[in-house]
Order: sequence, then structure tokens, then C-alpha cells
Amino acid sequence: MAYAEQAETALLHEPKSFLTRYIWSQDHKVIAIQYSLTAIFVGLIALVLSALMRMQIGFPGSLEFMDASTYYQAMTMHGMIMVIYLLTALFLGGFGNYLIPLMVGSRDMVFPYVNMLSYWFYLLSVIVLLASFFVPGGPTGAGWTLYPPQAITQGSPGTEWGIVLMLVSLAIFIVAATMGGLNYVTTVLQARTHGMTLLRMPLSVWGIFMASILALLAFPALFVSAVMMLFDKLLGTSFFMPAIISMGQALDHQGGSPILFQHLFWFFGHPEVYIVALPAFGLVSDLISTHARKNIFGYRMMVWAIVAIGVLSFVVWAHHMYVSGMNPYFGFFFATTTLVIAVPTALKVYNWVLTLWRGDIHLTVPMLFALAFIVTFLVGGLTGLFLGNVIVDIPLSDTYFVVAHFHMVMGVAPILVVFGAIYHWFPKITGRLLDDRLGKLHFWITFLGTYAIYFPMHYLGFLGMPRRYYAYENYAFIPQSAQDLNAFITVAALIVGVSQLLFLFNLFWSAFRGKPAGSNPWGATSLEWQTPDTPPVHGNWGAKLPVVHRWAYDYSVPGIEQDFVPQTVSDEELGRMRRRAGETQRADAKP
Amino acid sequence: MNQLLLRDASSAEPGGSWNPDPGGIQAAEGGDRARTARVGLRLLLVAVSSLFFLFMVAFILRSQVADWQPLTEPLAPLASPWPLWLNSALLVVASIALQWARMAARRGRLGATVGGFALGGVFALAFLLGQLWVWQRFAAWGYFLASNPANSFFYLLTGLHGVHLLGGLVAWGRTLVKFRQRMPLAQLSASVELCAIYWHYLLGLWLVLFALLTSTPETYQAIAAFCGLR
Repeated sequence: MAYAEQAETALLHEPKSFLTRYIWSQDHKVIAIQYSLTAIFVGLIALVLSALMRMQIGFPGSLEFMDASTYYQAMTMHGMIMVIYLLTALFLGGFGNYLIPLMVGSRDMVFPYVNMLSYWFYLLSVIVLLASFFVPGGPTGAGWTLYPPQAITQGSPGTEWGIVLMLVSLAIFIVAATMGGLNYVTTVLQARTHGMTLLRMPLSVWGIFMASILALLAFPALFVSAVMMLFDKLLGTSFFMPAIISMGQALDHQGGSPILFQHLFWFFGHPEVYIVALPAFGLVSDLISTHARKNIFGYRMMVWAIVAIGVLSFVVWAHHMYVSGMNPYFGFFFATTTLVIAVPTALKVYNWVLTLWRGDIHLTVPMLFALAFIVTFLVGGLTGLFLGNVIVDIPLSDTYFVVAHFHMVMGVAPILVVFGAIYHWFPKITGRLLDDRLGKLHFWITFLGTYAIYFPMHYLGFLGMPRRYYAYENYAFIPQSAQDLNAFITVAALIVGVSQLLFLFNLFWSAFRGKPAGSNPWGATSLEWQTPDTPPVHGNWGAKLPVVHRWAYDYSVPGIEQDFVPQTVSDEELGRMRRRAGETQRADAKP
Repeated sequence: MNQLLLRDASSAEPGGSWNPDPGGIQAAEGGDRARTARVGLRLLLVAVSSLFFLFMVAFILRSQVADWQPLTEPLAPLASPWPLWLNSALLVVASIALQWARMAARRGRLGATVGGFALGGVFALAFLLGQLWVWQRFAAWGYFLASNPANSFFYLLTGLHGVHLLGGLVAWGRTLVKFRQRMPLAQLSASVELCAIYWHYLLGLWLVLFALLTSTPETYQAIAAFCGLR
């Protein structure tokens, strides 16, 4: 067998000093934690920004420093940070880094040095992004879609420095994501241990694997648009800038196509939705199966659904552009593909529900978050079916209905999975359990709170309340009651925002004082729970790599005592477990 | 009914298709580092292809706007693109030299490997200088970056291609240092292989870009019509 001796004995370059162990680390677990903490840190900034916006909408004029420009800057930075610097980085850089090598039975990523570079580029992109708060004119206020010409034309906030820093930061982030993505995909393809076939991989790995492929193909579109917009802004080209009169003066540009930017942006932007959603799908499948003590229903179907969603996500982008104007046949095409993508997605939802059906459901904190995800994703997905149709989308476009839809489906739903997954894997990462009561409190406030925020927004959208407005006074079609509802939403948002402190406290308190977890507190089957040490040490597996004999979902197997069979258990060993269980049964039956 | 939902473990389904031999999968840090590196490089090239493909789509779309002044017009710098032909020839030679080094490395001939490898990098450098010279000619003729979208795309696409080649030259330089440190050929051949793959890819990409940049407006129109962009 080509399986090299060297692999068993030669542990990779064991780090010697504090610096190489924790700062310039090439260990995938340390890099994962670095990625996660950085992402959570910028996520908190984006959370504060959203609270500022809500204060302005719910209680206009209550914040002295809030004017229209500040509002747009807060809105832009909130959106961009949440989508890219929090969710993408956390799912791929955080969970991808931590789980892929452990779940496929490898000692590390295949290119540890590139993996380290990936984190440091990510950190650099975050620093460049945050620097825009401190430059003259402040960060860009162009909206997270950064549409030209307004993004780089005087009048929008931050057109001097802010937009340049934003575009540069995005370009750096894309380099980081590409280096990470190469690692994740190559590791899955090349570094799986004995017996770990593609169709024995946990769905978490499948989700992150497919999302990384999407990232490798879709992020270049954002790179292209960022580079060309930088050229337009700094070097006076006219890729996107049409002939335009700004502040009474004709600019030097002519002939550029703003629609071209929109196509490029959404060719990235829609796959981006699934770059965030597919890892969430994968992780939640594992949470549900483990905590319902049942094998995932329709494993192969789930894998194919992930692949199908990934492929389809590249042919739906223009449904973000129905109001930009396009050939009616294109509208028809993109509406159709958008509705078709609901098929594999719905299959996944059915399979989650069928996994739960007659399962031995443990309402642990991770399971609560997983269940909340199914409901939230369903609500957000159904409004997506509305918006996917051109004739329904046009009146609802740019209203709070859209805000409610995308926050439910790609804001709240993935974040619920992030929380569930952190509660689930925290014991492996630190060796200690997160506090259960705090976790449940955090769950209920977050779950009910987000519904209090986003459910009413659907109604506001039906009233025609436009999004992206700084103030809503003196519009005849918006009744006073809408203002009351907005105040209610703001209060709910502030409560949810503050309650995240519970989670942060829990995270740091439990990391040092939490209950020791043991190596496999949930009785899970996949490889990361079978490591010789908890938390796993450098090299993950001690002297010998694990050998895989089965898929990751053997829960509640009939005829044995424990209700799960780890992936490392061979058939002979399973036979012994059966005989032992049989003997105990006979002994019990005797008296 | 539960029997349907709860699968018996002894059936161990789904038990591993998509791998001819589930037991034979290799650990990455084992003997097959070189193979892993090749897979990684090919994936990178897929991402780079996506990047340039999208630039080319943008190129075609933008070329259909009235203010586009083709570079192939009688008095424009690409009316007779002989400097680009010259540069292409340099890049072809670079690619051949690296392929030669790759084959020599497989046969274990150190001298030929070093020679071919060094030549490949030198000719790539010459190509880059040639491209800079073409830029200079453009500027001398008054064809600046911002004066027309066709110029903008010419500078942008050739520049990005050059940046990718520069990145390759960094890897090439590092390998050259390893040659000087007299590492065994077996270790070096993997690097030579990777450089060769990358050079061939960039040659192919350049030929596509070359064809695109020197095509006539009618061709762009036909492509745009074919893609439904008109």
C-alpha cells in the first residue's frame, strides 16, 4: 500500500516557541481560532452599527451624531462586514479550518504555510477595512453592493478614501479566501485517511468543500469588479462610469456600463449566499443527526443536493437585478432557475425533518439552535419564492420585505447554525462545556428576538416602506402605525444585541471555568471526537492515523449497548459489541 | 417503519464509492507531496481562469458601446501587432525550455534540468520586458490608459497577465536558489514540474488574450451577439 510509513512517524514541524505556537502558527486548529476570534470581533462592530441604524429608524433624531451620511456609512459597513468578514470568514476560515483535517483524518491542512498566510491576509483586509473609519470623509456609504456611478461620484459619503479602502480590503480578502479555499479543497481531495471515501465524509465537510469551490470560482468576479472600479476611481478609466454631470460639472468619464458592474457583482453575490449557506447546511445536518441520535435521512440525496445547489447558484444571479432592466426572456430564465434551486433546497429541509421524525431528540443547546435554523430557513426561503418571480419582485423590490427576506435566510439562519456549531464543538476545542443555562437563555432571547425584529418587517414591506431611507417623515403612504412598529423592532433589536454579551461571557468564562467535557460528550461518531487528546494536539492523531470503516451516521444501531458506532469501529469490533450486548441481555433475562 | 429509517450498521451503507480502493487513500504528508502540490496548483489555475474569463466577458460587453476605438484600426498601435508576435515567441521559448527541464529532471539529468530551467525563467523575463516596451510604444503613440476603454483593457489585461507571470518568477527564483544549494534532483523535480505547468498555462492564457486583444470589432460584435449581450 502506498500509505507511507513516513506519514505515521514524522509529525509536521512541531512548533517550539510561544510565537510559533500561537501567533505565527501553521496548525490548522490555531489558525481556525484566530480566524474565528477576528471574525467575531468585526461582527460585534457590525452589530453595534446595526443598533445605531435601528435607533435612527425607531427613534428618529435620538442620536445626535446621526445624519444621512453617517446612516449610509453604518448601513454599508454593517452589510459588508456581516456577509464577508464575519460569515464567510467564520464558516470557511473558522469551521473549515478546524473541522476539515479532523473530520477527514488528516494531521493538518496540506499547505500549512499558505494556510497561515491566508489568516494574515484576512487580518490585513480587516485592518484596512476598519482603517476607513479613521480617514477623512469616513468609510464609504455606497450600500454594500457598491453600485457605480454613485459609489465613486461626489455626494455619496466616503468617495475620497472610504471607497478606495473598501475595494482594496476586498481585494486582499479575496486573496486570503483563495489561499484558504485551495487548502480546504486540496485537503479534502488528497489528505483523507484510510477508508475515508468521499461518500463517507460527514456532511459538514461536504458543505464546506462545495462552498470553497464556489468561493474559488465566484470571488474572482468581485475581484474583477473591485479592480475595474479602482481604475475608474483612481486612474480615470471608464469601465463602469457613464458620461455624467456631477455638481453641475461634466466628469471626464463616458460610455462606461454601470449594469456591467451589477452583473459582475451579483455573479459573485449570489454564489456568496451559498458560500454562507452550504457550510451551514452541512454543519446543521451533523448537529441534527447527532442530537436526534439518528442517521441522517437520505445521505446521498443530501450530498447531491449540495452539489446541485452549488452548480445552480451560478445561474441565478440576475434575480437581484430585475428592476435594473433586462431582456424579458432573461427575466424569465432567471426566475425559472431561481425557482428550480428551491427543489434541492427543499429536499434538504425534508430530509432534516425526516431525520428528526421518531428520533431520540435531545433538546441540548446545539439542537435548539439547529431546530430554530430549520424554521427560520424555511420562512426566509418561502419569501424567497415570492421574490424570485419578476412580477412579485418589482413592487416589493427595495422595500423592507426584501430586508426581512435576506436577513431571515442568510443572516439569522446561518448565524443560528454558527451558534449551534460553537456550542457543539466548543468541548472539542477547549475541553470544556459551555454553560447550559446561559446557553438556553441566549438561545431563547436570540431566537424569539430575531422573529420580533424581522416578522414585522414583512408587513412594513407590504406597506411599501422603502429600505435604505434615513428618515420616514412626511410620506403620505406610510401610516403613523408604521413608526410604532419601527420603535418596537428597534427595542427588540437592542435586546437581541445586548443578549449576545451572554454568549461572549459564556465563551470566555467556560473556556477557563467550564465543566470538563471529556473526549466525546455528545456521543458522536465522526472522527474529530475520536482523537487521542482533547483538545487535539499538534498532529491530531498521535502515532497512528485513524482508519475509517463506516459512514459518520451510525446512531441508535440495533443490537448493541451504546447508541452510536464511531467511524473508526471495524465490522469485527462491531460483532464483538453485538455479542457483548447479547450476553448482557441474557444475563438480565435470567433471574 | 423504524426499520426503514434506522439503518442497520452491518450494512454499513453508504460504504464508499467514488474511490476504487477505500483502503488505499494516502495520507497527504506521506510520499505523495508532489501530487498534492500539483492538485493545489491546478485548482489555483481554475480560479485564475475564472478571473480572466470574467475580465474577457466584461471586455466583450464594454466593446459594444459606441465610444470604443479599436486598437486594430489602420493608424492604431495594434494595426500591425508584430511586437506582440515577438513577445509571444519569447514566451513560447520559455515554455519549451521549462518542458525540456521537466523531461530532463524525470530522466535524472541534472545539467540539462538546470539549463532548461534557467532559460525558461530568463525568457519569461524577456517577455515581460517586451510587454513593457509595448506599453512604452502605446504611450509614445498617445494611447494612454484612460483615453479609451480599449486602451484601458489592453493595459489591464496585459498587466494582470504580467503580474501572474511575476508571481511565477518568484517561485522560479526560489527554486533556482535551491539548485544552488545543491539539493538532490529528486526533491527539485517537483518544483520544476510545478513551474512548467504554470508556464504552459500562462502561455495558453496569453495566446487567448492575444487573440482577443487583436481581433476586429466585427469579431467582438459576433461574440457579443452569440452570448446575447447585444
